Amino acid sequence: MSSKYDVLVIGGGNAALCAAIAARRGGASVLVLEGAPKFYRGGNTRHTRNMRCAHDAATEILTGPYTEEEFWEDLLRVTGGKTDEVLARHMIRESKDILNWIVEQGVRWQPSLGGTLSLGRTNSFFLGGGRAMLNALYLTAERLGVDVEYDAEVTDLVIEDGMFLAARLKRPIRGETEIRATSLVAAAGGFEANIEWLKQYWGEAADNFLIRGTPYNRGSVLRMLLDKGVQEVGDPTQCHAVAIDARAPKFDGGIITRHDSVVFGIVVNKHAQRFYDEGEEIWPKRYAIWGRLVAAQPDQIAYIIFDSSVVTSFMPTLFPPIAGQSIAELAGKLELDPAALERTITEFNAAVRPGTFDHTILDDCVTEGITPPKTHWARRIEAPPYLAYPVRPGITFTYLGTRVNKEARMLMADGKPSGNMFAAGEIMAGNVLGKGYAAGMGMTIGSVFGRIAGREAARHAKN
Amino acid sequence: MHGTRILDEADRLMTVCNSCRYCEGLCAVFPAMEMRRAFSDGDLNYLANLCHSCGACYVDCQFSPPHEFNVNVPKTLAVARAESYAAYAWPVALSGAFARNGLVISIVAALSMAAFILGFAALNDRSVLFGVHTGPGAFYKLMPHNAMAALFSAAFLYAILALVMSVRAFWRDIGPAVGGRADGGSILQAIRDAGELRYLHGGGVGCYNEDDKPTDRRKLYHHLTFYGFILCFAATSVATLYHYLLAREAPYPWWDVPVVLGTLGGIGLIVGPAGLFLAKLRRAPELLDETRYGMDVGFIAMLFLTGLTGMLLLLLRETAAMGPLLALHLGAVFALFITMPYGKFVHGIYRFAALVRYAQERRSEAGA
Repeated sequence: MSSKYDVLVIGGGNAALCAAIAARRGGASVLVLEGAPKFYRGGNTRHTRNMRCAHDAATEILTGPYTEEEFWEDLLRVTGGKTDEVLARHMIRESKDILNWIVEQGVRWQPSLGGTLSLGRTNSFFLGGGRAMLNALYLTAERLGVDVEYDAEVTDLVIEDGMFLAARLKRPIRGETEIRATSLVAAAGGFEANIEWLKQYWGEAADNFLIRGTPYNRGSVLRMLLDKGVQEVGDPTQCHAVAIDARAPKFDGGIITRHDSVVFGIVVNKHAQRFYDEGEEIWPKRYAIWGRLVAAQPDQIAYIIFDSSVVTSFMPTLFPPIAGQSIAELAGKLELDPAALERTITEFNAAVRPGTFDHTILDDCVTEGITPPKTHWARRIEAPPYLAYPVRPGITFTYLGTRVNKEARMLMADGKPSGNMFAAGEIMAGNVLGKGYAAGMGMTIGSVFGRIAGREAARHAKN
Repeated sequence: MHGTRILDEADRLMTVCNSCRYCEGLCAVFPAMEMRRAFSDGDLNYLANLCHSCGACYVDCQFSPPHEFNVNVPKTLAVARAESYAAYAWPVALSGAFARNGLVISIVAALSMAAFILGFAALNDRSVLFGVHTGPGAFYKLMPHNAMAALFSAAFLYAILALVMSVRAFWRDIGPAVGGRADGGSILQAIRDAGELRYLHGGGVGCYNEDDKPTDRRKLYHHLTFYGFILCFAATSVATLYHYLLAREAPYPWWDVPVVLGTLGGIGLIVGPAGLFLAKLRRAPELLDETRYGMDVGFIAMLFLTGLTGMLLLLLRETAAMGPLLALHLGAVFALFITMPYGKFVHGIYRFAALVRYAQERRSEAGA
């Protein structure tokens, strides 16, 4: 069987759906191939909750202006300059319009969620979360006449001289199929769920990684594109990782397995030793470094240790803390050496200097005379029961991608733009996000470049 | 650990949801949950009765089945809600009525209607029962007004007493509001929220019933049912005032206030419950508490029957069918009244109480 569409979109998340809708609105016939089953559609989008868009004035749900320049400065800061300024500034400019466009596609906004007040000015939250956002986009796409197939795993791409010709896919019922299309939009995400691929850079340690999204983010389309001559961008060895509860499922634990209690205690490894300054940085930056730090520890496991005095200082957690009336009892439950843990905590407590605790600023509660120090929010751990969360690296996304230009058009290894291949979302996020992350930026990249890619793909097909 | 398995499950879900919070903009349940870190039986029953079953949090949840976290808030809270009706029922001895509620309601309704038919037949001559009666006092040729008023007042007062005692137990169990401020403003807010079914709206986009598309019309049918019921109640009240204050006896002409109110209400009570019943038939199994099918349908059927017999009575009141129809209508209304505290009717009472509590909490939070 062979069929022909104007635009073929591979992927089923925010970027893919924005591309499909924009292409359809541009007059093209569109097919979306989502590799996952319907419930798991949307890749990482299903776990997102907000988008960062520039805006010149407060809106109904945003507390104040967030200018293009401020957005750019934030991007520059989190990436440490590893970004493409032309593309990034273009994205930021377009993001202003996305704030309205996405609503026209049925997505609804709400003010920042409880516990995320620090994002109230910059980030617009999806009413009902990322899956609600996806549901709205799918409803709109289907209403417009976009065809969508689930469980549609692309097994090969036919590409000649930088021109996409056809995609081969395996469907559970109808078997092998070839689908031809005039333009291609690749919006199939990264490879964070592909443990074998991660092992190329991380070795056996990758076996201990937990993946925050679905098992379907395997990067197979990215791999095919790079193997067939598309220029790569972004550090292949890098991924975004946060510390999540070690009791979380291997895949798709989403946001609820996260821990943000690091500042309220200490973090030790399996030898009950501290290994990094728990008070170095304020949220959300500290949130994003601990995945990497834990990944570097033996067996990729660590324990956040705190006491009962701070238990209501952070969001309620999915998994309850492990508790012990004494440090030795807690150590026993964590299978740590009790003497070593007691020693670590005693030394830490002795090093804590008096100060005025305030977790909303870089306060003056510090330790003296221990290595590593805790440079803010240091308070003694002394009120039983003693509590702990075991944590592992939780992999969110990968940075490796396909290089694109301002039209979201892929560039080939020789630097020439492809005739008919476009990319959007995580698969090309590395163009603007060379490293680091700031909340909501993945969705901005997805919606902005998705819309551009869909528009350009339709334009190419209709010419 | 809680008293029941369903409360244990509700507790598990609220712990999952409280660490996520994506749904907080959808309805009242999640903001109320966020005011708490741990959940007592009363808290969970409060949240269960605050839920309007719009289904949005199921469709929007990244952890709903088949995800291993198995988060199904609408169904879990529906079961908890139904169990709370039995738990708070007064007198406790009658809480068993909730166990096989459809059967109980059917039997009570059948007995009640049969009693009125037999009573009419026993107390009236055949020529009166099947006679044509018109003009003021026509109904009372079959049953004296005072007897009718006394019987229905007694049934109504009993229902009110039982409902008050039940909701009192609920109110005590859910404990003081977070923030602990109660005022008239909260009650006004709750009246508005209940009156417009503010939280049966899927967060603004509409409710879900049969699939993942927000095409549900239960809000419309519920409005028809609820306001139909209110109009019928108003019709009866106006007629009672006519009778005692103006000495004007039923039946009244079609254009008179009680008949106009009753007709509009009767149409609502026929169309509304029919729509709700069809929606119930189409409801996705994953959202449905199928063990309470009888309770839900029993109440819907009682309302429908009340509306239908009332409308038939209006249409045929000048024919020989008036007598039997009056017996059927009175039997239906009587059964509706006495089963009110022991059927789905109580959902409105507990939900209203939960909305008052929620309004209190919101106002204290805003004032804090």
